[in-house]
Amino acid sequence: MSEQSLLQVKDLSVSIDNELPILHNINLDIKPGETHVLMGPNGAGKSTLGFTLMGNPHYCVTGGKILFEGEDVTDLSADKRAKAGMFLSFQNPYEVPGISMGSFIRNAYHSLTGAPVKLLQFQKSLKASMEVLSMDESYADRDLNVGFSGGEKKKAEILQLLMMNPKFAILDETDSGLDVDAVRTVSKGIEEYQKKKDGALLIITHSTKILESLHVDYTHVLVKGEIVHTGDGTLVDEINEHGFERFLKED
Amino acid sequence: MSDNKQIVADIDHSLYDFKDIENEKDFYRMEEGLTRETVLKVSEEKNDPEWMRDFRLECLKLYNEIQMPNWGPSIEGLDMDKISSYVRHKSDMKGKWEDVPEDIKNTFEKLGIPQAERESLAGVGAQYDSELVYHNVKDEVAAQGVVYTDLESALRSEYADMIKSHFMKLVPPTDHKFAALHGAVWSGGSFVYVPKNVKVEIPLQSYFRLNAAGAGQFEHTLIIVDEGADLHFIEGCSAPKYNVANLHAGCVELYVAKNARLRYSTIENWSKNMYNLNTKRALVEENGIMEWVSGSFGSHTSYLYPMTILKGAGSKMEFTGITFAGKGQNLDTGAKVVHQGERTTSVINTKSISKDGGIGTYRSSVTIQSTAKKAKASVSCDSLMLDSISRADTIPGMDIRTSDADVGHEAKIGRISDEAIFYLMSRGISEEDAKAMIVSGFANPVSKELPLEYAVEMNNLIKLEMSGNG
Repeated sequence: MSEQSLLQVKDLSVSIDNELPILHNINLDIKPGETHVLMGPNGAGKSTLGFTLMGNPHYCVTGGKILFEGEDVTDLSADKRAKAGMFLSFQNPYEVPGISMGSFIRNAYHSLTGAPVKLLQFQKSLKASMEVLSMDESYADRDLNVGFSGGEKKKAEILQLLMMNPKFAILDETDSGLDVDAVRTVSKGIEEYQKKKDGALLIITHSTKILESLHVDYTHVLVKGEIVHTGDGTLVDEINEHGFERFLKED
Repeated sequence: MSDNKQIVADIDHSLYDFKDIENEKDFYRMEEGLTRETVLKVSEEKNDPEWMRDFRLECLKLYNEIQMPNWGPSIEGLDMDKISSYVRHKSDMKGKWEDVPEDIKNTFEKLGIPQAERESLAGVGAQYDSELVYHNVKDEVAAQGVVYTDLESALRSEYADMIKSHFMKLVPPTDHKFAALHGAVWSGGSFVYVPKNVKVEIPLQSYFRLNAAGAGQFEHTLIIVDEGADLHFIEGCSAPKYNVANLHAGCVELYVAKNARLRYSTIENWSKNMYNLNTKRALVEENGIMEWVSGSFGSHTSYLYPMTILKGAGSKMEFTGITFAGKGQNLDTGAKVVHQGERTTSVINTKSISKDGGIGTYRSSVTIQSTAKKAKASVSCDSLMLDSISRADTIPGMDIRTSDADVGHEAKIGRISDEAIFYLMSRGISEEDAKAMIVSGFANPVSKELPLEYAVEMNNLIKLEMSGNG
């Protein structure tokens, strides 16, 4: 494993629309190939961290910075962060009427690489990835996320993860609202990503189901906008058993 | 995967904006303003039959009597004393492309018309300012008995009586001020007759180009689709931008006979100095089908509400329209339908986009007369505003005179969502492309109704509008 950091978050503080402070002095150091888990009770600011790392303009960085491969990306727009190799799987993916999922992924892939996309090769690889996620082929021709069930939306996010193959991906509550089978399918997709490349992950979740079959290097616990504890993969099991109570008491 | 239509390609706007220098030597231009003398001069130029000359003078009288419309967008910037109602190149209409004057040929070459004709059309008419400069129909289509010609020639042909009995009967000059104006100075346009049971497999197209500054275009399109016949007619329009007002007051009259079907598609991209006061109307007989596909992108001000009269029992109409109002544009568009026959059906689906302070108004009227038992009507209008300075309004009207009508109406007005843009940007798509993609997707229900090359053109126009160069 390389010692060079992929993502470094230094003393990051964030507020919404410059008013309501949500995150305080967050520090993270993620190296290539590592899987980090961010856990915490509802309302702790987990999704805010995901959005901020990806550059959602509603979230204002009021202190600290974000470095990706040593470059300061704190002020970059989301598309530039994506081009640098960052990815966010959304908790609530948006519906885009009139754009088929297949053509959207192809457009996005083209934007990311700047290179022309070979149609046949692309379709082959899309089909293969959809198979991993047990997605029916017909979804490629359906409007992106429109009328998809909760589970299909999450699968579509992981499909994009596999197709775009970023250096670093944030998975925001990918398991929320899914039944047991869907969680299993989605984690199979995530495993596939872990296998495929020296890619790194930050998995945001408040349950542990999705982590059962995944290797985890670090676990961070976020409470009221602060990382109150960092441990290794075994911390997941402990939280699974005892919940967040212990960390809440420290507050 | 059928996603060709969703690729938003780059476009060179010079495509529409170039203008030919109108030199005095090659062009005949009538003096500005509208008098009995100018109307008589147009009539003389056109070598009208007597009834047409008299009709023009009657229309002029009506024009002077009827008030300006006071219920829609302002047309104060339109000064009829500064509009020349007739401009033509000093050469005749040609049936061979090689014979069309070089300067005009260049214009249409740049617009891709001859290429489209070779590749995908059954016949083409090209109008430049007030006159048709080219008209041609493929041999195999002509052999089926299909007539596609300019209206002036048709007036002197075996179809003269047919024209006399249909011309401005559906849109009478008493309808409104600009219908009267049209009747007085109409010039150019097309006549199409499709005989009984003839199915025209590929579309016919007319392209209207208004090149002269401070001029009006008043073309008349008359289409008669006889019993059991089938036609797709495409109309395209564009003009370069000038600093003075131009006027388009065309008139389209469509007759759809028993069991016939007509699809009428329009991609309108007039320049932003154009007052587009166009009137389109269709009369549909028993079990006939009228389909409208309408894309309005250009013009400074538009009043456009294609109307369908569902006269025959079981007749149907479907209207699919999109309007894009950008900076300085006030586009008032929609559709009208009158149900007369039993079991008649109408479906209106429109999309309206406004941006950079543009105003898009959806205005429609659905009338179900007491004779139209068991009629069905459904109206759905979606508006998308791209910023907080733009405006979208919907003014749907309904007048139902039966007790068993099945009527549905749905209207949505929304703003483009920042979260949706962020979602697309997080996939590496630039902000501008993300917006264009959302808008293209919004427009997709319309573009998928168009033949592929027009769908591509429409997406190019959207892309162009989105980049602010429209």
